[in-house]
Amino acid sequence: MSNIPETGRTPRVQVRLVVIQILVVSLLATLGGRLWYLQIREGDTYAKEASGNHVQQVVQPAVRGSILDARGVPIADNETRLVVSASRTDLMKMKDDGEAVLTKLAGVLDMTPKEVMDKVRLCDSETPQPCWNGSPYQPIPITDEATPKQALQIRERSEDFPGITAEPQAMRRYPAPGDANTAQVLGYLSPVTDDEIQQAQDTDSPYLRSDQVGRSGLERQYDKELRGKAGVTRYEVDNLGRVIGEAENDPAEPGANLVTSIDARVQRIAEYELNEAMKEARKQHDRNTGTNYKADSGAIVVMEAKTGRVVAMASNPTYDPNAWVGGISAKDYTKLTGKDSNYPLLNRAIQGQSAPGSIFKVIPTAAAIQAGYSFDGPYECSSSYSIGGQVFKNFESQSHGGISLGRALEVSCDTVFYRLSHEEWKKDGGTKPKKNANDWFYKTAHQFGLGEETGIDLPNEVTGRVPDRQWKLDYWKANKDAWCKTGKKDGDYAEKIAYENCLEGNRLRAGDSVNYSIGQGDTLVTPIQMATIYAAISNGGTLYNPTVGKAVISADGKKVQEIEPEAHGRLPMTKKTRDQIDQALEGVATRGTAAWRFQGWPQDEIPMHAKTGTAEVYGKQTTSWFATYTEDYSIVMTISQGGTGSGASAPAVRKLYNALYGVSEDGKIDKKKALLYTPQKGLPEIESDGSIDAPKVDKYPGPKDKESASPSPQPVVFGDPVPAGPAPGDLAATVNTPSGGNRDARRRAARPGGPKRRRGARRRRSTA
Amino acid sequence: MTGANSFSVSGYGPQRSGLARLLARDSLARRLDWPILLCALALSLIGTALIYSATRNRTELNQGDPYYFLTRHLLNTGIGITLMIGTIWLGHRTLRTAVPILYGISVFLVLMVLTPLGATINGAHAWIKLPGGFSLQPSEFVKVTIILGMAMLLAARVDAGDREHPDHRTVVQALGLAAVPIAITLLMPDLGSVMVMVVLVLGVLLASGASNRWIFGLIGTGVAGAIAVWQLKILDEYQINRFAAFANPELDPAGVGYNTNQARIAIGSGGLFGTGLGEGSQTTGQFVPEQQTDFVFTVAGEELGFVGGALIIVLLGIVLWRACRIARETTELYGTIVAAGIIAWFAFQSFENIGMTLGIMPVAGLPLPFVSYGGSSMFAVWVAVGLLQSIRVQRPLSA
Repeated sequence: MSNIPETGRTPRVQVRLVVIQILVVSLLATLGGRLWYLQIREGDTYAKEASGNHVQQVVQPAVRGSILDARGVPIADNETRLVVSASRTDLMKMKDDGEAVLTKLAGVLDMTPKEVMDKVRLCDSETPQPCWNGSPYQPIPITDEATPKQALQIRERSEDFPGITAEPQAMRRYPAPGDANTAQVLGYLSPVTDDEIQQAQDTDSPYLRSDQVGRSGLERQYDKELRGKAGVTRYEVDNLGRVIGEAENDPAEPGANLVTSIDARVQRIAEYELNEAMKEARKQHDRNTGTNYKADSGAIVVMEAKTGRVVAMASNPTYDPNAWVGGISAKDYTKLTGKDSNYPLLNRAIQGQSAPGSIFKVIPTAAAIQAGYSFDGPYECSSSYSIGGQVFKNFESQSHGGISLGRALEVSCDTVFYRLSHEEWKKDGGTKPKKNANDWFYKTAHQFGLGEETGIDLPNEVTGRVPDRQWKLDYWKANKDAWCKTGKKDGDYAEKIAYENCLEGNRLRAGDSVNYSIGQGDTLVTPIQMATIYAAISNGGTLYNPTVGKAVISADGKKVQEIEPEAHGRLPMTKKTRDQIDQALEGVATRGTAAWRFQGWPQDEIPMHAKTGTAEVYGKQTTSWFATYTEDYSIVMTISQGGTGSGASAPAVRKLYNALYGVSEDGKIDKKKALLYTPQKGLPEIESDGSIDAPKVDKYPGPKDKESASPSPQPVVFGDPVPAGPAPGDLAATVNTPSGGNRDARRRAARPGGPKRRRGARRRRSTA
Repeated sequence: MTGANSFSVSGYGPQRSGLARLLARDSLARRLDWPILLCALALSLIGTALIYSATRNRTELNQGDPYYFLTRHLLNTGIGITLMIGTIWLGHRTLRTAVPILYGISVFLVLMVLTPLGATINGAHAWIKLPGGFSLQPSEFVKVTIILGMAMLLAARVDAGDREHPDHRTVVQALGLAAVPIAITLLMPDLGSVMVMVVLVLGVLLASGASNRWIFGLIGTGVAGAIAVWQLKILDEYQINRFAAFANPELDPAGVGYNTNQARIAIGSGGLFGTGLGEGSQTTGQFVPEQQTDFVFTVAGEELGFVGGALIIVLLGIVLWRACRIARETTELYGTIVAAGIIAWFAFQSFENIGMTLGIMPVAGLPLPFVSYGGSSMFAVWVAVGLLQSIRVQRPLSA
């Protein structure tokens, strides 16, 4: 409109009208710009927010997979229990923080109000167990043992119990088939923490607030596989949460089942016999300390020699893993973690380490061959070996004359190994080592896999220790300040040691090399390491990573993912050396230190190999070690402060072999009675509906054993189930106690003076 | 300008057919401002669709009839258009004489709100309940009568040729006239309407040619008044909360900031073309409160996207642009003032309404002209359109 008519109005009004028009346009332009900014520039952000807004997730937790033994017997599964839980968020909204409701609830559940309240408080650094360690937004289980009547009371009067629910839930159960509880191997679960949820948030396996997480053992190692995938249904909801459509449905994937190589029957025998052996050891008098043996802990590993698969793994003291289910009580928690109970949560088979004593001697034997010595020798097995006035005695100061390395293994002659190790030490330059010292004895130990993890599929395995030059130096650096402070030249034993260590603890001394050669001193090994080594000797030299898990099978049985044995090294020895050592170890079982424990053993059918060990630990009683193998199995047993190898440990091992091969006391083999004449092949069948046709596991020892009070276990399949295990006292009294035949014990008694009184007593000596 | 064929003027003469008469240059139909009319109609129809989308699932509101709000909005639009036609027919000059009566009636109605007849809807005590489920928001009509009343006072001497500009006395009278209903509305309290009325008074004063001192004085008073209201807690808690939420809706997304946050999410998630009518999850899920009335723009933003939202703004822009032309082109100050008042009203109310959904203005209960559901508002804006048309029609044609 170019020809705006003259309106006769003043320019002031005209100008103002233009101002109004400009204002109007700029206001609308502002709106347009803002609209563009929100919808086009930031549109994606808001679109995401919108989808988060109107989508509500409903989570169905996945059923955790079972852990099965090699034949399909569940050793960890689930059961439905009535769980009463409290919603903390709801309780906190009440005036008294839910105290009245919880008190009322305690009345229904036959608990004290304090018990209930302790269960719902949140854990922090100052709150002792019981307390809730999981997310405060998740319902907190108060009891998982509610009776249907209690649950009904709560549900029918829901207005009286706001924030309280009573619902059936799948709970973890450790059924302990045939009383084989396998506690430390299985591990346990506890609720996921907020930190863990945060950390796993963006990984491909995020946690739910209600998740239970494996904290140790197989439950932890295979947590991801066992946990499965929670089902998430995403509903489109309106602002009031009303469902207006289903957006997405990811059905829950139940966790996979873990088939282990554990055989519950063997496991039971291992656990039972370990406990019996320890009880028996506690009745034996230790002349060194003047008290009975303490036998504070012990372990047994039964391994398939050709694969490294673990058939049984027992650790003592033990506990009931069901204590963790549904939140652990204060009493149980203190018990499980306290010093008084000697830490039953520890799996001594992989986490217990001590000096190996004479079962170590296969390593210096191989080392000597590597260093160029001949197997046959002869080597002087003198009654003692002196270095600069320091006398290292053979056990019982017995002399065997010139013998081969094989014979030295058989009779467990210390001085042969003292001499060889000392010679090598001198060759390497003694306390001032050559630049490229061979260190054959230490190198060989490392090649045997000592000083590092075996790689077993269980968490927190410990490495043990090879006390070589490097370790000495590192250890001295770490401790010299303390040693130099407490050390006194003319003080008591400990002070003298500290004084010496302060001066020259950084060096590998002659005495160190001598002690080391027979598995004493600072050497530390775990039972699993020794089982791996003895299995390797059996199988021709392959060091397998021990495995407990054998296969992961999906819940419907369709997807089977086998866990194949993997090797982590080979023994550094030729086939010839292997055969020679093999023969010598057979000699140990037939005419050596273990022969009296294998009387009547069908050696021709099932060649038995063994090595006994008795390790001395300063300030403690001797550690009993017993390492054995056949063509198919390797069994290693140890009892801390338990006495000698053949005395304390051998009977239990013999019983295990009897059961495995169906050997009766008189040496007859009954393959029908044999539990595992050959290692378990194949995997248990899991039906597509998830059911497993598992064989029954009978109690051990069976009722017949109890009646006949036979010292040897009869792994016979009994038709009728036994109501409960035998009264412990009954059986302990009947266990064969061949005190008269215990050579080791007699030898110890004959030794003049205790180790404490002698100079150089920090040398730890081997006796068997 | 109107899009009509300017060559059809050929039949200028005594023997014109009915159609030709209708299309003739001097005919009423030809002189109407069709862009305003069509844009207003388009906005009303878009509003119908948006309201339908927002309410079809809300059984608690629509009494089980998904078309309940749709038909009512269409009915309101029809009544509105009828009122517009009536206004054009009467003409703003004729109405000028009736202004004191209309003003009196509207102020009376506003006062009624403060009596027990008044009703509170969505926290705003701004309604009168009528029998038959109807309710009335008198503050919408007061907007019209304030404009007309002030224009009458301010333009009287000028249009008579006595003065070039309204004198101070007249300005004071005009302000006094506006102050009475504004004060009553503030007492309700209906803050949104008060804001619109203040801006509208400002527009009226600007167009009247009143002294600059009055303009700046009024702006200063407005600012001071706002501060006083804030400080003296004249406002209710919820109104202050709304303000705080506008400043930072993330502070309390479940509480005060919920409205603004959800509105922004709805609009932001629309993108360029939107989710499609009836497909918006925010709308279907009823996450945005008051979506058929004050927050109707969020439906457009989510379901029609930037294109739909911008279309509404452009249509409003055309209405306002044409109104500005009407204000500039009319020969008498009365028409100019009325047009300017309507512009200020529409512009600010639209800006405030859309601005609050976009998070650039505080939340105030104001309808979006033509689009929002609500009879009182619809009638008022169509009467205003009638006034604009009347001013245009009755302006002497330029030679």
